Amino acid sequence: MSENQFFVDSDKLSEKALEKKHRLENDPSVRSNFMEYQDGMEQISSDVMEKVLSQMDAYDYSSYIEADVKRALMHETCSVEDFKALLSPAAAPYLEQMAQRAKIETSKHFGNTVYFFTPLYIANYCENYCIYCGFNCYNDIVRKQLTEEEIEHEMQVIADSGIEEILILTGESKAMSSVEYIGNACKMAKKYFKNIGLEIYPVNSDDYAYLHACGADYITVFQETYYAPKYETLHLMGHKRVFPYRFEAQERALMGGMRGVGFSALLGLADFRKDALATALHAYYLQRKYPHAEFSLSCPRLRPIVNNEKINPLDVHEKELCQILCAYRIFLPFIGITVSSREQKHFRDGIVKIAATKVSAGVSTGIGDHEEKYTGQQQNEAGDEQFEIADNRSFDQMYGDISAEGLQPVLNDYIYV
Amino acid sequence: MNTQDTFVLGGKEFHSRFILGSGKYSMDLIKAAVEYAKAEIITLAVRRTNTKKEENILDYIPKNVTLLPNTSGARDAKEAVRIARMSRELGCGDFVKVEIMRDSKYLLPDNSETIKATEMLAKEGFVVLPYMYPDLYAARDLVNAGAAAVMPLASPIGSNKGLATKEFIQILVDEIDLPIIVDAGIGRPSQACEAMEMGAAAIMANTAIATAGDIPTMAKAFGNAIEAGRQAYLAGLGRVLERGASASDPLTGFLRD
Amino acid sequence: MVRVNGQEIDAAGKNIEEMLLEQGFEKGRVAVERNEEIVSKATYKEVILSDGDVVEVVSFVGGG
Repeated sequence: MSENQFFVDSDKLSEKALEKKHRLENDPSVRSNFMEYQDGMEQISSDVMEKVLSQMDAYDYSSYIEADVKRALMHETCSVEDFKALLSPAAAPYLEQMAQRAKIETSKHFGNTVYFFTPLYIANYCENYCIYCGFNCYNDIVRKQLTEEEIEHEMQVIADSGIEEILILTGESKAMSSVEYIGNACKMAKKYFKNIGLEIYPVNSDDYAYLHACGADYITVFQETYYAPKYETLHLMGHKRVFPYRFEAQERALMGGMRGVGFSALLGLADFRKDALATALHAYYLQRKYPHAEFSLSCPRLRPIVNNEKINPLDVHEKELCQILCAYRIFLPFIGITVSSREQKHFRDGIVKIAATKVSAGVSTGIGDHEEKYTGQQQNEAGDEQFEIADNRSFDQMYGDISAEGLQPVLNDYIYV
Repeated sequence: MNTQDTFVLGGKEFHSRFILGSGKYSMDLIKAAVEYAKAEIITLAVRRTNTKKEENILDYIPKNVTLLPNTSGARDAKEAVRIARMSRELGCGDFVKVEIMRDSKYLLPDNSETIKATEMLAKEGFVVLPYMYPDLYAARDLVNAGAAAVMPLASPIGSNKGLATKEFIQILVDEIDLPIIVDAGIGRPSQACEAMEMGAAAIMANTAIATAGDIPTMAKAFGNAIEAGRQAYLAGLGRVLERGASASDPLTGFLRD
Repeated sequence: MVRVNGQEIDAAGKNIEEMLLEQGFEKGRVAVERNEEIVSKATYKEVILSDGDVVEVVSFVGGG
């Protein structure tokens, strides 16, 4: 299997910056200890990470055979062991059966509904060097942070399109996008939307409590990969380098009073079967510890970024992605599954009939360009996007397409308390 | 097949998963029932002692059997704690089955008082096995209160009606990280077997045996059924599901690359 | 008077062991509670019953 080539040098970087970048890339000894918490990072007492990582380490997916898969599909309750079989290569010939079973589980818990949301990127400044990400601090992109007036304008445009649930995102720079700045965005969002999620840099539980008070109720944090040795080689600098602090973000968010948390690995970075196992177990063990909370899984695959068109999800093809999502649904039938615009129309239209319960619509991953995307009128210069999207359907188009599939679009069924 | 399948409760290892009740039958049958059932745990009650000399049940229970006194007669947490302390003072270990009933007609356990008693007794070092109505929230509270296992009822006590609460017991088995011991209402060996197939850790039965025509033989039948159910659970049931999934249009036809 | 298992008994001033013996209880097979507090076996000779005490003497019986 070929590897992605992530390293891109910009000619705008100073000689000194380039030298530092190359050192980080080539000499592991200059990088910080990625298992060590940095100053100001809250450490909680939790055994969830140990449970997840030990299961993942012990997972030998090549040891599963077709009989294990058949047995897993016959069980009424899917055990962890059954889930491992469903994620294994032995399950590939059973994809259609898995999809049939997943569809039944989805409809038992969600009926025919599909939830809609849209992401709103309010800043793309970032202090991390995550080599696969378009926002990484060494990538030469147009940086932008929306002012409060600009945020409000974007929200008006989005709300006018009919969207009721919003996911506010930033690049990971606490210096540029402070907790207070994000909190103010939440307060504004409360005026326009019924449900507010956040996908921002991990913070401490008291910051999550503050953001909850500002109106946010869902926190999504992607671990990118749960395989620590690989994580270390992908996140070379910045607070995101600290593996355990990121792992524990969802638990801190729940401690801070958030109603729900979302999880994912970025598929294509490492061994996707192990990452899929760890992602689901992360949610599974936290659900047992915080049974009142809501949980959702996403399934992003690597996408091309600005200045690197060649990034791709390697061996995670649509069939593998579908297998992962069916396995998630059978193992965790009650959980929300979000499929973003990283996937193409045909995939999203197909997967909502099987396992997905939430889709994004009217998506832009750039900064401040909703007006232009929605109406064609350019307002200001926009900030560059995090990745290229693969499905640029508007909210109205999505609504029509989903309805035409015989499903029921739901804009919101949520109460903030 | 795992041949080392032991059942750990309160730090003790057991090979049998049958907890035998000793109520409602004569003492001279207890020894035979224990032996036929291969039971290693037997429940007892605490009562006022008669002043006239009478036989003592402890003389009929083989020495290697663990005693599990219950708190029957308790109507609230405070009374249950008193009874538990008395039972411990009788010198037969720290195990106690908390049962608190405030209803003399149906004898249903009071979950909220049971949670309180469990917390108090666990703090005093008892190995607490609370008898409860199978409610997920109550079960979680019992875990947090320090219970060593959770004992949901299958149907009203003494009714021999079997697994009336099956769906709810399955939820406890799936969600609670403690042994689930199905107690009360199991009327037949086949019902005990079914509960074990579902993943229960053990079965407690009394009336079904006490009211049988041949008590030791019924005790043996229960012992065998519980063992069979356990083995089926470990083997992994290959049950065919009737889910009504029709082989209509394939769902995965849209996949590319 | 002392109330033992619900019966009024003239046992005030006696210790627990004396009371048990007189009433025909088998010391090794019972537990004693006095005014809702357990009396440990080791202190049976030291604990003196007072007028108005409520005592429960219990032992194991069959139960489910």
